Amino acid sequence: MLLRMGRRLGITLFSIAAVIVITFALTRLLPGDTAAYFAGPAATEQAIQEVREKLGLDRPKYEQFVRYVQDLSRGDFGQSLTTGQPVIKDIAARLPASAELTFAGLIVSILIAIPLGVLAAVKEGSAVDHFSRVIATAGVSLPVFFTGLLLAYFFYFILGWAPSPIGRLDIIYSAPPHVTGFYLIDSLIARDLEVFWAALKQLILPAATLAIFSLAPITRMTRASMLAVLSSDFVRTARASGLSTRKVILTYAFRNALLPVITTLGMVFSFLLGANVLVEKVFAWPGIGSYAVEALIASDFAPVQGFVLVMAVMYVLLNLMIDLLYGVIDPRVRMAA
Amino acid sequence: MKRRDFLKSAGALAASTALTAPAVFSPAKAQSRAETLLIVSEGGPNNIDIHGVGTNVPGYEVAWNCYSRLISHEMKKLPNGVEYYDKDKFKPELAEDMKIGDMSATFKLRKDATFHDGTKITAKDVKWSLDRAVTVGGFPTFQMRAGSLEKPEQFVIVDDHTLRVDFLRKDRMTIPDLAVVVPVVMHSELIKKNADEKDPWGLSYTKQNIAGGGPYNVEKWTPGTEVIFARNENYKLGPLPKTKRIVWRIVPSAGNRRALLERGDADISYELPNKDFVELKQSGKLNIVSTPFSNGVQYLGMNVTKPPFDNVKVRQAVAYAVPYQKIMDAVLYGLGGKTFGAPANKQTEVAWPQAHKYNSDITKAKKLMEEAGYKDGFETTLSFDLNFAGVNEPTCVLIQESLAQIGIKTTINKVPGANWRTELNKKVMPLYVNVFSGWLDYPEYFFFWCYHGANSIFNTMSYQSKEMDANIIAARDAAAINDKTTYEKAVKGFVDQAFADVPRIPLYQPYSNVAMQKNVSGYQYWFHRRLDYRNLAKG
Repeated sequence: MLLRMGRRLGITLFSIAAVIVITFALTRLLPGDTAAYFAGPAATEQAIQEVREKLGLDRPKYEQFVRYVQDLSRGDFGQSLTTGQPVIKDIAARLPASAELTFAGLIVSILIAIPLGVLAAVKEGSAVDHFSRVIATAGVSLPVFFTGLLLAYFFYFILGWAPSPIGRLDIIYSAPPHVTGFYLIDSLIARDLEVFWAALKQLILPAATLAIFSLAPITRMTRASMLAVLSSDFVRTARASGLSTRKVILTYAFRNALLPVITTLGMVFSFLLGANVLVEKVFAWPGIGSYAVEALIASDFAPVQGFVLVMAVMYVLLNLMIDLLYGVIDPRVRMAA
Repeated sequence: MKRRDFLKSAGALAASTALTAPAVFSPAKAQSRAETLLIVSEGGPNNIDIHGVGTNVPGYEVAWNCYSRLISHEMKKLPNGVEYYDKDKFKPELAEDMKIGDMSATFKLRKDATFHDGTKITAKDVKWSLDRAVTVGGFPTFQMRAGSLEKPEQFVIVDDHTLRVDFLRKDRMTIPDLAVVVPVVMHSELIKKNADEKDPWGLSYTKQNIAGGGPYNVEKWTPGTEVIFARNENYKLGPLPKTKRIVWRIVPSAGNRRALLERGDADISYELPNKDFVELKQSGKLNIVSTPFSNGVQYLGMNVTKPPFDNVKVRQAVAYAVPYQKIMDAVLYGLGGKTFGAPANKQTEVAWPQAHKYNSDITKAKKLMEEAGYKDGFETTLSFDLNFAGVNEPTCVLIQESLAQIGIKTTINKVPGANWRTELNKKVMPLYVNVFSGWLDYPEYFFFWCYHGANSIFNTMSYQSKEMDANIIAARDAAAINDKTTYEKAVKGFVDQAFADVPRIPLYQPYSNVAMQKNVSGYQYWFHRRLDYRNLAKG
């Protein structure tokens, strides 16, 4: 078992190393001249050259790479030119914003999608089943920025129920003291319910947007997996033994159907975290996705590299966590290990 | 026990009640909202030091409002009531008196001026800051050079409160160049404390921290999210700024910026699409101020070093084919200054920008193409900068349509913003749409950068002409010694030539558009086109 884990870890380290090399190479291949961009609109050729030297971009590529790896090993991800901050500081500030939004969206989505999926499977072919199909299809076919703009238009602009879409807090509040970076948790720790309420209000629309989008994979996966389990032998046996439908479905069928759902959740979470750029743009959310895109537009290498690296590490950790969860849910996995 | 305290001390149960009671709102917060001005815009600063490496345009706004300069401009009122900087009239800021001699200018500094931390501002700080601007390299040094401010030796400390600026040569841009965003006065002792051998000018400190004595100070800056400004309560260099607190939030979606304005939640926004500005103007709910860019022109440029655009007849044909009015109507929704279709008998003015005499006339254009030997037309690419796609893309499509009518088949080439500068620098794009506007509002300044044979980056056409160069230099020299007759003749000369030779075709003069709530007053137009917070007030 130790050998297996060691091998797994080895593969993980290898993929992270590959990510470092590939992102470095890719960002250098991007069109655009960082120095020209940052020398500003009124720069001369000489001014651009001065900027290039200052940024070390006139050095040979391999030298830039060696310096990059050395810096990385010291935990230095470089400086972002777009925000003017160390990349690690930016990511630390922005990752919680994205994570809080993604968690909120995912929780809402799970609360709706899983019961819906279970119900659709149990009553296959019924009105509920069709309804869940329509909801899922509609949710996944609407682009997130469209859903986001639509929600903002109705609930903020027309009805005035939602607060203004200007980020994590209204301008009259200041952020709670930093503990976890999650405003909802930090404000509770600081016992400031006013800020908690304000942060929650800001969160509702973007989280709903994400939830609508992620309903589809979770509902469909729950339904498919439930259907497979429901038609299996042990469920028939359970039913034949006269167990109540409730017990059969919730205790036996659902628990067995959970494995693929968990996998899907992991995928959806990591996908949302990186891909909610559009939601972040619509709601002026200071998250990590919009950060990476802005940096990409400005040919700002360091944040893009940092973003890809952090994301890669998170994927790896997430997969590890899901593997562990498998063991908790399914004893067979534990035994096999 | 107050409601808020009660809620604070209550536990999880209270949380659930709070959720159902949206009115958890303390009066103090409502008060602070009334004293706060909320600005929303598309992008924020990346560096709050104007001398920094790669400081972006939003960064200029911070530097403008948080630092002071020796002198500034007076305001004048435009016919439409907009306050506009007066390029010819200077007013003291840190200097209470300015004496311009033949080869130097002497500035007497105010004795009561202090930096934000209370330290007195002395001539030593001014010299250090100007030295920094001319030696630090990059954009600030370039801008100083535009006013013949090149060497630290030019800045001489006479006594604690007197500074002399020696002129390298006679140049009428020298004094105006001391009133632009770059020559800020910085707290030299504070910065030196935070500098080291590798970074003698303390750039890494000022990148994140204000070390000045301007009307506002940065209270908090969250890059990419917001900048919060607090008024400098001890501001002595002018009247106390009117608004206590300014919050500048970055809202990337233009639709939401408009919604925020219309709902009355944001006080000021710029960088909205022209269509939104026009609709907002018509709705009458907001104040919309549109002001032409001073010394700015959006143009269609052609590379004159290579066929077919090395042929002046082809260039004139293109100038007759451009659908000027359509661009004004369909792209700008009327929010642009007209620079085309002047009557045939119009005398050339001593001004820039001004209208040329070309108009959309396909028959004439076809004839010129025939004369040039391109009866069957040719193929080429038309490039634009994606950073300004909102205006550039429809403009290019309209131009593409019209050029097709005279046989010029164009492929549109969209260049990412980060790459645009590089592409311009290569000077190989045959046909492209671009904009240039100069901080210093003088025709010869514009022409020096855009048409002179020294081939600066803004002479994107690689245009070379001895007569043009001679006229530009003659105008510069004449302006320096106040020789009006020679100056006017030279300006008319280079404008005429620019229109006859048309290496670049002026399309229109862009407008700077700002939308604000009706209760917001004190907007001023400045050459840098960013907001000056000093006079902004609410209610």
